[in-house]
Amino acid sequence: MIRTTPFHPRLRELNTQGLYTHWQGFLSPLRYTSAPKHEYFAVRNAVGVFDTSQLFKYRITGPDAERLLAGALVRDVRRCRPGRAQYTVWCDDRGFVMEDGVVFRHSENDFLLTAARPNLGWFADLAGSLRVHLEDVSDEYGILAVQGPRSRAALSSLTPEVRSLGFFDHAQAKLASAPVTVSRTGYTGDLGFEITVESEHALAVLDAVLEVGAPHGMRPFGEEALMMLRIEAGLPLIDVEWHNSRTAFTDADRVTPKELGLGWMLPKSSLQQDDRAFIGGQAIRRELTEGTSRWAAVGIVVDWADWDRLHRDAGLLPAKSEHPLPYESMLYRANEDGNQLGYVTSFMYSPVLQRHIGLARVRPDMAAAGTEMRVEVAIAHRNTTVKARTAKLPLFNPSRKTAAE
Amino acid sequence: MTGMTKMTQSDRQHHQYDAIVIGGGHNGLVNAGYLAKAGLRTLVLERRPFVGGAAITEELMPGFYFTTFSYALSLLRPEIIHELDLVSHGFLPLMMPSSFHPTGDGDYLLLGDDHAQNVQEIRRHSPHDADAYDRYHHDLDQVVQAVQPLFDNAPPNVFGKDPEDQADVAWLLNHLGGVERKVMHDVVRLLTGSAADWLEDYFKHEAVKGFHASSSIIGSKVGPMSPGSGLVLLFHKMGQHDGHLGSWAFHKGGNGGFTQVLARAAEAFGAEIRVSSPVSCVLTRDGQAVGVALEDGTEFRAPIVVSALDARHTFLELLDPRTLPADLVENVERLRYRGVSAKVNFALDGLPVFPALPDTVDHYGGFLNIGPTIEYVERAFDAAKYGWYSERPYIDAAIQSVVDPDMAPPGKHVMSCFVQYAPYDLRGSDWDTERERFGDTTQAVLESHFPGFGDLVLHREVVTPVDIERLTGLTEGNIFAGEFLAPQMYFFRPAPGWSQYRTPLDGYYQCGSGTHPGGCVIGSPARLASQRILKDQSHA
Repeated sequence: MIRTTPFHPRLRELNTQGLYTHWQGFLSPLRYTSAPKHEYFAVRNAVGVFDTSQLFKYRITGPDAERLLAGALVRDVRRCRPGRAQYTVWCDDRGFVMEDGVVFRHSENDFLLTAARPNLGWFADLAGSLRVHLEDVSDEYGILAVQGPRSRAALSSLTPEVRSLGFFDHAQAKLASAPVTVSRTGYTGDLGFEITVESEHALAVLDAVLEVGAPHGMRPFGEEALMMLRIEAGLPLIDVEWHNSRTAFTDADRVTPKELGLGWMLPKSSLQQDDRAFIGGQAIRRELTEGTSRWAAVGIVVDWADWDRLHRDAGLLPAKSEHPLPYESMLYRANEDGNQLGYVTSFMYSPVLQRHIGLARVRPDMAAAGTEMRVEVAIAHRNTTVKARTAKLPLFNPSRKTAAE
Repeated sequence: MTGMTKMTQSDRQHHQYDAIVIGGGHNGLVNAGYLAKAGLRTLVLERRPFVGGAAITEELMPGFYFTTFSYALSLLRPEIIHELDLVSHGFLPLMMPSSFHPTGDGDYLLLGDDHAQNVQEIRRHSPHDADAYDRYHHDLDQVVQAVQPLFDNAPPNVFGKDPEDQADVAWLLNHLGGVERKVMHDVVRLLTGSAADWLEDYFKHEAVKGFHASSSIIGSKVGPMSPGSGLVLLFHKMGQHDGHLGSWAFHKGGNGGFTQVLARAAEAFGAEIRVSSPVSCVLTRDGQAVGVALEDGTEFRAPIVVSALDARHTFLELLDPRTLPADLVENVERLRYRGVSAKVNFALDGLPVFPALPDTVDHYGGFLNIGPTIEYVERAFDAAKYGWYSERPYIDAAIQSVVDPDMAPPGKHVMSCFVQYAPYDLRGSDWDTERERFGDTTQAVLESHFPGFGDLVLHREVVTPVDIERLTGLTEGNIFAGEFLAPQMYFFRPAPGWSQYRTPLDGYYQCGSGTHPGGCVIGSPARLASQRILKDQSHA
């Protein structure tokens, strides 16, 4: 039986399309209107709301909560003060990425971790005899993402706290008389917030947000818009950019944090002062020190003239679709000697960048920004390649994302 | 070529440049961008205190941003976006997710981004027209594909005898020879016939025809039943937004936001822009352009002078017509301008209400097409034939603040209304007398579709063809800098023999919307002109 989120009863009324996908056993709207690109523009130019309640949520408390997480997560959670949050991953003992999530530190001994897949068993097994309490609170909270340049202006009348929140800060607040956690987090690469609210108050919070948002052009957005946003923002997605190493069958399907573009999670200083044991840590530190990564994460930007020419030569109007390709495309050396240099995991036309872009994995020696290569594309039932250049991630990174008010 | 060195203090003092562009409208800025990118020390001279020409955004009330004249983007050639690196200067076209067409009887056609849903919406009115809608768009797209190479290249000089001209003519004939028989016939039917005749082939329902006919009269003194309206319809289909033919977008901050992007791009390539600098004439010596003089007598020197103004200004006002070939002068004097378009822009206290769609904003995401049937629009045209404005005008409205909330304070809105027909020459009156009555006429039509509209109006701006001429310099307020009439297009734009951006005066070029393939906010005349200029330079 498919499940629905606490926001669903209201969001369903706003959905003119009835198009849903299944996200971890829950309904998740693909789009609310006939134009997901318009929903995308709400986030890039006004404000949009996205129901992200389907995430798994784990509450981790007790005197050893920090110890458990510091030994399990790649980023050092000891550096996460109460009132801060971290985007993080966790790995297997060979240093391959299992999953990602955001950890919110509420107090010294009180954490909330989100995850895209069930993970309670993994963390519970790691806890062993530690004095820590793990609780699956996934169904007790809804999470509403409010994203876009107008998000702060829209929310500030409801929760003035948003005005002082820095990037990845969070605060306890009251919204529509309900206690909520409001955080400067999101999955769009834009200015934005997420509101975590007890399920029973979810509709009241949503109604209040929609009401203050209307004069700012607020509209709900679905997964199709989210995909465009997160690709531009260079944010990887499980089962697209990588697979859980514990359930992968070959190392070709496994990536390390560095190979996923997350090498920054272990700063250089932490490599020298190896004072924290965490799962996969030895392998990851060795990889980072010795430079043994197989791949580098890069963005790619397609040469517009070559794209247009290939289509025109085939008698077609140059296609510009913001819907990501449903498959991976291979990357080849520019001189067409047939050498594969890597592959593109996500590929789309970016309306704000006015270019076809992609998230890719290339040989580390070919990763310098501006390196020319060719992307496999199918045009008129024939595989061909189009010129592209590598670029630094994220490809779209507005200053408002992290700026103070 | 010489003189491609860095500008010195002394050059500035002596007002010495490689190229001077007259007019800081979008084509002038595009042309300056390309010339500066090629390394020419380029100066743009704009008459008004700000750039943008007919593509400006003005804050007429605090927090309310009006697109005084042009108000949406589609025709802009995508090459320009990339070649001038516009994205890094803020280029941001926002999708218009819907088109809304009240059918005059309380019902409506509401088309969006989902083709199958659009077909169902058409079918709601006419089962016959549902599949015709598919065929219509397919046939029109094929015509666009066939015409596009002509659109994106300078017209061959069919009167020229040198090998380059002959090669251009051979290219054209070869291209046309490759066009399918049916497509070629459709091309000719559109270029010469009426939109009504063309649409009759596909659609039966009056409102469906009316919806598709609206682009056939924009900016032109034709009705949808006039021969020639097919050409105007096709022209508007030549544009695109993100690869979708015939789609329009609102630029962030309106079309004035767009021209600000162009100005930043041109300056980033090294162009200099001087506003409040009206040019009075082009300076010549021995049949060669050598610079320009401002109205205050200041002189600027350059071996290349480019006019982004319309043909009447370019040839008859900036030059002494007596120095020009007589046939060119005759042709320019004969050019038809005859502006018939006005703007009525509103600041609104809230969104208008369309009674059949009381609880949604989704029908306000794009153009609101107020011209229910072909007959309605044709009757609106009738008045213009006899020197008067329509009592029930056609209106192309857009509430831009729905898509771009930064255009108005939260909860408030700006509404741009393009209104036809409003002939430049009124018989028995003048626009200063009629301006507000014309505004009332427009508002009354809106009131009939959106009851209570008048109560929302906080501010109203009426821009007549005379205002367009006075403020932008466009002759007779013609928004295309010369009507879209077959004898004024392609080889003949602006005049036979002068369609390749040169003029009879060496070093003096034209790049405005009055040259191929202008008008609209297209940039292409300026881009093609820059190619001409740079090619001539490399041969010099």
